[in-house]
Amino acid sequence: MKKLKKEHLRILFGGLTESHRVIGPKIEGGVVVLAEIAVHDIPAGFEDRQMAGSYRLVTGERPEIFSFSAGPDSFKRFLHPPVSEMFAFKSSRTAIAITAPDCQGKPLAFIGVRACDIAALKLYDKVFLGGAEKDQCYESRRKDSLVIALDCSYPGDNCFCHAMGTGPSVMDGFDIALVELDASFLLEAGTIAGQRLLDVLSLEEVTEGDMKERSSRTERCLGMMKKSIRTEDLPGLIYRSLDHPRWMDIAERDLECGNCTQVCPTCFCHSHYDFVRLAGISPRAREVSGTRVRKWDSCFSRNFARVHGGNFRPSRRARYRQWMSHKLAYTFEQFGLPGCVGCGRCITWCPAGIDITREVEALRDVR
Amino acid sequence: MKRPRIGVFKFTSCDGCQLSLLNLEDELLDFVGLFQVAYFREATDRPLRGHLDIALVEGSVSTERQRSHVVAVRERTRYLVTVGACATSGGLQALRNWADIDDYKNAVYPSPAIIETLPCSTPISDHVYVDYELWGCPVSSDELSETLGSFLLDKRPGIPGYSLCMECKRKGIPCLLIARSAPCLGPVTRAGCGVLCPSLERPCYGCFGPKEGANIDSLLNVFRKSGLSHHDCALLLDKMNTSAYRKARTREGPP
Repeated sequence: MKKLKKEHLRILFGGLTESHRVIGPKIEGGVVVLAEIAVHDIPAGFEDRQMAGSYRLVTGERPEIFSFSAGPDSFKRFLHPPVSEMFAFKSSRTAIAITAPDCQGKPLAFIGVRACDIAALKLYDKVFLGGAEKDQCYESRRKDSLVIALDCSYPGDNCFCHAMGTGPSVMDGFDIALVELDASFLLEAGTIAGQRLLDVLSLEEVTEGDMKERSSRTERCLGMMKKSIRTEDLPGLIYRSLDHPRWMDIAERDLECGNCTQVCPTCFCHSHYDFVRLAGISPRAREVSGTRVRKWDSCFSRNFARVHGGNFRPSRRARYRQWMSHKLAYTFEQFGLPGCVGCGRCITWCPAGIDITREVEALRDVR
Repeated sequence: MKRPRIGVFKFTSCDGCQLSLLNLEDELLDFVGLFQVAYFREATDRPLRGHLDIALVEGSVSTERQRSHVVAVRERTRYLVTVGACATSGGLQALRNWADIDDYKNAVYPSPAIIETLPCSTPISDHVYVDYELWGCPVSSDELSETLGSFLLDKRPGIPGYSLCMECKRKGIPCLLIARSAPCLGPVTRAGCGVLCPSLERPCYGCFGPKEGANIDSLLNVFRKSGLSHHDCALLLDKMNTSAYRKARTREGPP
C-alpha cells in the first residue's frame, strides 16, 4: 500500500483517460449519477440526504472529495447496458444471416466503486460468465475494464452493507483500491494492470498514523450506518414465511413500478425483442431484416415471465415476494452469493418508500 | 397473397394520432407499398368499399351515429386496433362523464339545442371487440410502426405494459419524484412515450394511461404526504385518460 497526495488524483485520471473511458460520479438533475467524467466533475463536498423514497443533494461541510454516497446508478448501466443490440438478422425463405454487433469500444475504467458494488459485480460475473454459455458482449467489456474501488468515508442513510458482510471497506475484486484520508489517498494495486497505473505515479510510503486514520475512518463509517438486517438463517426465514400476512400488507403499498429492480446492482433480468421496421419487410414478407434488442426488464412487469396462458405470479403480493425471496434466499442456491449487497438503493428510489430492512424485520415477527 | 387492406377511422378526437401515422415520414413509402390503403380520410378521399384486414381506429364514441358506425367498421374488419387515448380510454372529452352534459352544452354553445351528443364519451372497447390497443396522447409513431410490422409478420408487438419508470431508469434520468417530490405519474403510467416529459424535467402527467396493475391509491398516498390535497390528486388523474385511471382505481383484483 502506498500514499498519493490528493492533488495528484488528476494525474491518475490523466493516465486513465488516455486508454479508458473513465466512468465516475457527477451531478445531473440534483442527483449523483455515473457518467464519463473528468476529475473536476466529481461532486466534491456534496452530501446526500436519503430517506425511504427521498433523495436530496446538499452542499455540506465535509472535506473529502468523495463526500457523498452512492446514487441510483451502478456499473451495471455500462457492463450490461439498459438497451443493447444483440445482433442484426436478415431472413429469407431459405436462409437467415446473423450479424453480431461490435461491443468493443474504448475500455471502461470505473472510479469510486464501493465495496457493495464489488460484491454485486461478483454476482454479475457469475450470471453472465459463470454458465456454459458466456455473454460475449459482457465478457469483452468486463475483461478490459478497470475497477478503481473506494472505501466508503460516509454511508448513505439507507445503507446496511455491514449487515450483509459486503462493506464498507473494500477487500478484493479491484484493480486499484483507494482509501481517502484527510490529505491523501491510500492506494493498493490488486492486479498487474492496477500496478502499472500506480508505477507511473509519485507515491509516498504509508505511515503508522495513516493506518490509524484509516481504521478510525472505517469505525466512523460503521458507526454512522443507520440500517441493518439480522441475517441469521435469512433463506430459512424466507422459506418459512411464504404465507406470511406481511406480503399482503406490502402489496397494498407496492406500486409495481419496477424502480427497485432497475437501481439494484444485482438485478440482471432482461427481455429480448425482435424489432423490424417497415423498411425491413419486403412485399409479402419474403425477406425480413431487423435487430434483436435486449432491454432491462423486471419481475414486477406483468409481461415478464409470462408464458402461454398467463403469468405464474398474477398478484403484486406474489411478485414482490418473488423479488425479495430472490434477493435474500434463492441467489444463494443459484450462485452461492447473496442477491442483496446492502447498498440501500431500492429503499431510496422506491416512490412508495418500501424498506427491505423493515420488511425482513416484519417477517421475523411470528404471526 | 395480396397486400393487406388497411382502413384508418376517426371518431371523436383531434386527429393527432392519425398525424402520428403520417409522421412516419421515412416509412410512408414502405407503408403504402406493404398495405393497400383502403380508407384514410386524413390522407386520401377514397371512399370506403369492401372488407378490411386491419383497421386503425382513432377517437372515442360520443354520438349516437358513432355508435352504429363503429359496429359497421367492426363488421367489415379482421383486426381492429384502437390508436390513442380517445379510442382506448375515452379521451379528454370523457371528463364530461363525471358532470352534467346539459351544463356543458349550455356553457359552451349559443344554441345548445342543436347539439346531438351522448352524455358519456366512451372507448371503442365499450362498443365492439378490440383486438389490440395502442395508448398515448398522441400514440407513438414507433409503436404504430411496430404494430403494423408485427401484423405483417404475425408476431406479438414489442410494446411494453410496464411503468414509465422502467424507461426513465433505463435512460438514466434523475427521478423527479424522489429527488424533487414532484407529483409524477410515472409509477402508475404505461411506458411508450420515450420519457418525453421527465427528460425535460417535467413530471409525467399520464398521456399513456394506467399501466397494467397500476396501484394508484398507493401513489396518491405518497403525493398527499408531500402536501397535495385530495382535490389536487384527482386533478392529476383527470386528464386525457380520466376514464382509464378512474377505472384502474376501482378495479377489483388480487393486490
